[in-house]
Formats: sequence, structure tokens, C-alpha cells
Amino acid sequence: MSKKLIELQNITKSYNGVVAVDNINLSIRENEFITFLGPSGCGKTTTLRMIGGFEEPDEGDIFFDGIRINDLPPYKRNINTVFQRYALFTHMNVYENIAFGLRIKKVPSKEMDKRIKRMLKLVDLEGFEKRHVDSLSGGQQQRVAIARALVNEPKVLLLDEPLAALDLKLRKEMQIELIDMQKNIGITFIYVTHDQEEALTMSDTVVVMNKGVIQQIGTPVDIYNEPKNRFVADFIGESNIIEGIMHEDYLVEFSGKKFKCVDKDFAKNEKVDIVIRPEDIDITTPENGLLEGIVTSVVFKGVHYEMLVESQDYEYMIQSTDMQPVGSEVGLTFNPEDIHVMKG
Amino acid sequence: MVMKLIKKIYMSLIFLFLYAPILVLVVFSFNESKSRGQWGGFTLKWYAELFRDRDIIKALYYTFLVALLSSIISTIIGTFSAIGIHNMGLFGRKTILNINYLPVLNPDIVTGVALMTLFVSINLRLGFLTMLISHVVFNIPYVILSVLPKLRQMNKHMAEAALDLGATPFTAMKKVIIPEIMPGIITGALMAFTLSIDDFVISFFNTGSGVTNLSIIIYSMAKRGVKPSINALSTLMLITVVILLLLINKRTTKGDELLP
Ligand SMILES: Nc1ncnc2c1ncn2[C@@H]1O[C@H](COP(=O)(O)OP(=O)(O)OP(=O)(O)O)[C@@H](O)[C@H]1O
Ligand SMILES: [Mg+2]
Repeated sequence: MSKKLIELQNITKSYNGVVAVDNINLSIRENEFITFLGPSGCGKTTTLRMIGGFEEPDEGDIFFDGIRINDLPPYKRNINTVFQRYALFTHMNVYENIAFGLRIKKVPSKEMDKRIKRMLKLVDLEGFEKRHVDSLSGGQQQRVAIARALVNEPKVLLLDEPLAALDLKLRKEMQIELIDMQKNIGITFIYVTHDQEEALTMSDTVVVMNKGVIQQIGTPVDIYNEPKNRFVADFIGESNIIEGIMHEDYLVEFSGKKFKCVDKDFAKNEKVDIVIRPEDIDITTPENGLLEGIVTSVVFKGVHYEMLVESQDYEYMIQSTDMQPVGSEVGLTFNPEDIHVMKG
Repeated sequence: MVMKLIKKIYMSLIFLFLYAPILVLVVFSFNESKSRGQWGGFTLKWYAELFRDRDIIKALYYTFLVALLSSIISTIIGTFSAIGIHNMGLFGRKTILNINYLPVLNPDIVTGVALMTLFVSINLRLGFLTMLISHVVFNIPYVILSVLPKLRQMNKHMAEAALDLGATPFTAMKKVIIPEIMPGIITGALMAFTLSIDDFVISFFNTGSGVTNLSIIIYSMAKRGVKPSINALSTLMLITVVILLLLINKRTTKGDELLP
């Protein structure tokens, strides 16, 4: 476990009385790739801007390397940012954009040139030095923005939805490039996105937020497999979320039946929410199923079919390669470990 | 077909009415004969005469001095005002902009008389300084109006990006914000310069102590009877203003690609 680099303690921030970030606690380790994930307006950008020094928290403290930095201006922080729309300097060419931070720090011109050349190579833009930034494609501009930030060798790089403006194919490529870069140069990335797939693919740690409140912090696998509540389960991937009752350890009741499960430590007969991922449910004959239902819709999704099965009190979504036509009676089976029980 | 022809004739007539006087003026500035009615052959003597007239040389000097100083001062004040207005909240921005439009729409004579009243009431002697101040005052709104659109076009995180890269707010202003909006600033300065050269009414009310500009000289010469040298002087002013206007026009139509 590497050491803690940034620590947010009880951070609250509101705009004109509207709370944007509500009592956030979070610590970020060295060399971590951490992602803020959540729907629009949940406070991701606000949190990032407080770390960058563009906003001051109303309450709480931010520590960097153990030092409180609440009111340290951005130009004194060892942090650089890739802005949402890049904010490249349009009156400068690519080289001058990247040189900006180094010129301010009065880095000798020989060393500056060497560092810029290395950056251009890293972001695959060699030969673009003299190009005007307006003449670059979205992906190229984005890479200039990254080079402009990274050339300063910050300890932390903040990225606010840096790929949002790119098309799907380029986005996927850039995701991989970013992960490679982060591993190669070994710095902390704090990344913002509202794309759950992007968050799961790229991050070491995902912070799921909603309405200014952190819902869950965990590895992508944890977040996917063990969502803490209904919001996280719903936001991360597609899920069946069913209300039920936890009778005792390892025994849960929903859809009118009792099932074995792997969860424990709930109060006796506590009301709970149950998550079963659509890909964990298998279709079988009615007599072999744990639950029975009627297929109400079938959609072909390429790799699999997506079916809706109406059982007695819930419409289950199922992703499976064997298709049953609409109207047929089917049985549903799943394993105890596919059932995930959350506090209701 | 007939309609088209009528339209064309109509257009030509309008342009004739608009430009005939100017054309006559320009042509007669080269007229050898002193009488206005007849052509006496080509000459440049009226232009030569202009430059022998000490009053005219003095007025020329003041005109350009005031234009230069007032455009520089109003560009500086106007640019920083525009940056301030741009960073205001919505309500403040709207209010200030409306206040800013007022002098633009106000008849010159009202602005002129108002300024004169002000200067007199604070016992400022009318002269070079008052003329300069009045020019700065009427130029500022135009500079603001030409700088603001550039600020709006700019990515709203531009200043933050500079701070992020280690620039102090002052450096960010000097190295990023000002260069980014430079095309708007230059257009504003050119506009201020042109308006200043062009102005008669406001200058007329706010100068004194023997300080005049070209428009005022032309006015007083014309009162004493039209001499051909007035035509020559007017032609020179016309050419200067037209060149400046063409420059401004070119900048605002393709201003976006223009780099400082
Ligand atoms: N400068 C501001 N003034 C007023 N309200 C603001 C300001 N910045 C953010 N907010 C409000 O704070 C809340 C959180 O905004 P924030 O930009 O952090 O959301 P976000 O998670 O980044 O959303 P998105 O995915 O849309 O970028 C929103 O309700 C937003 O309207
Ligand atoms: Mg945002």
C-alpha cells in the first residue's frame, strides 16, 4: 500500500445555498488512478476544482502531503489539470502551449526543449510543434492538453471528462493510452466521468457519487459485484433490484420464495434490496427453475439476447445466449453467490 | 425584366445621390480654377496651400495627437472594463451593458453639451485636455463593445488553465487573456482612432484656448466662404477615414483567424 497523498476531510461546498458537495471524506494514495463517477450535477467537477484550488470548501479541510491547502492558490500547488474542453491557448502553437508552464518556472531552454520533445513523443504528436492548436482534431487537442499538464511533472493530474468530446472508437483508444501513461510515469490520476464503463475499465478505485454525497468507494470489481445500495447497483451496469426480507444469515426471501445466499450480518427479518445481475440468471424449464415466469420481450444485442421475464411480482431482465420466444413459460435459475443482498 | 431594370436604375440613383457630393468634392479639390462652376485643369496647388497654412497644420497636429492619445487611453480603460464586465454576475453584466449602450445611442450633441457643462461646472478651462477627455469618454463604449465578443468566445477555463500551469493572476492576464483577446483590442483601438478623427460635434463644444481639430477648421473656413483648399482638406480626411474603416471591416469579417 503506497502512502496517502491527498486527504479530504468533511468537505462541504454550496452555491447560493444549494449544496453541491456534502460532507465528503476521501483519501487518495500515491500513484492511484481514482475516478469520480456519478450522474450529471452530482458534484464531481466541484470536488475536482477544490483539489485543484479553483474553489475553496465552505467547510472541512484538504490536505496534500500532510499539509492543509484549503486556501493555497492553484499556481502554488503541485497539481495540474486537463480541463473539460481542454482550454488550450489559441494564440500559441502546440510547442508554446506545452512550454507555458516551463517558461513560467524559468526552466533553462535546453532542458525545456528536451522535456517538450519527450512529452510530444509520449502523446504521439511528434512533428506537430509548429501547428496551430485550432487546426488539430479533438483527439490531438486532448493530447496537447495532457502534454501541457504532464510536462510540469506534477504529483497529481486532474482530468475532468477529458474524453467526453471524442467518438467511441477514439475514446476507447485514448482510455488505453491514458492507463499506459499513468502506469509508465507513475503519478496519481484523479479522473472524472459519468460513464460507468469508462470508470470500471480505467480505475484502481472508483468513487460513486450522487447528489453531492459519496455512495461507495471501492475497486471496480467491488463496486460491480458488491454495490452498497440501490443507487450504486442501478448506476453501475444493468441490474435486477428486488425488495426482500433477510430471515437469518445466509437465508433471504424474495418473490415469495426463500433462497440460500452468501450474505450475513443483517438484523433478523430486516428489509433488504436484492441485486441479481442479468447475466447471472439462466433460463431453464419451468419445473427446473427457482422462479417461474413468462417471457414478455426479447431483444437481440449482438453477443446475447436480452429478455424480460414477468414473474409473480417482478419483471426480471436476463441476458443469455439461448433465446426463448415471447409468451413462452420459463424457469429462472441462479446460484447463491449470484444473489447480492444490500440494506434496503 | 422591366422590374429588374427599374430596380437597377433606382439603386443607381440612390448611390448617385449619396456619393455625388463626395465625388464633386474630390474632383474639385484638383481644380485649377478657383470658381466652383468650371473645370480649369488639374492641379495640386490647393493641397500645397494646405500645408503652408499654419492653422491647418496645427489642427492636423491636434487631430492626430488627440486621436492617438484618446484611442490608447480608451483602449486600455475599455479593455479592462470589458474584462470586469465579463466576469460579473448576469444581473450586473446586463445593467452595465445597458449603461454602456447609452452613450453609443445618445446624440453626439447631447454628449457634447453634457461634457461641456461638466467641465465648466468644475472650472476646467476648455482646451486640449477637455477635448482629450471628451474623446476618451465617447470612445470607451466602442472599445468595450469590440472586446466583449472576444472574451465570450474564449474558453471560460482559459485563465484557470494559466493559473494551473503556475502563472500568477497578473501573469495569466498578461500572457494569456490579453493575447487571446488581442484581435478585439486592436479593432477597438482602430475604431476609437477613427471616431476621434471623425468627430466634430463633441470636439466643437469641448475645446477652446485656440486648440482646434480639422473638422472645426473646415467648419470655420466654410463659414467664411468655400475655398478650394477646404475641398482638399476634406478629401484628405475622407481618404484617411475610408482606409481606417476598410481596415476595421476586414478585421471584423475575418477577425477570427487574425493573430496579433
Ligand atoms: N459556479 C457555480 N455556481 C452555481 N452553482 C454551481 C456552480 N458550479 C456547480 N454548481 C452546481 O453544483 C452542483 C454540482 O455541480 P458539478 O459541476 O460539480 O457537477 P458534475 O458532477 O461535474 O456534473 P456534470 O457531469 O454535469 O459535469 C450542480 O447542481 C451545479 O448546478
Ligand atoms: Mg462536471
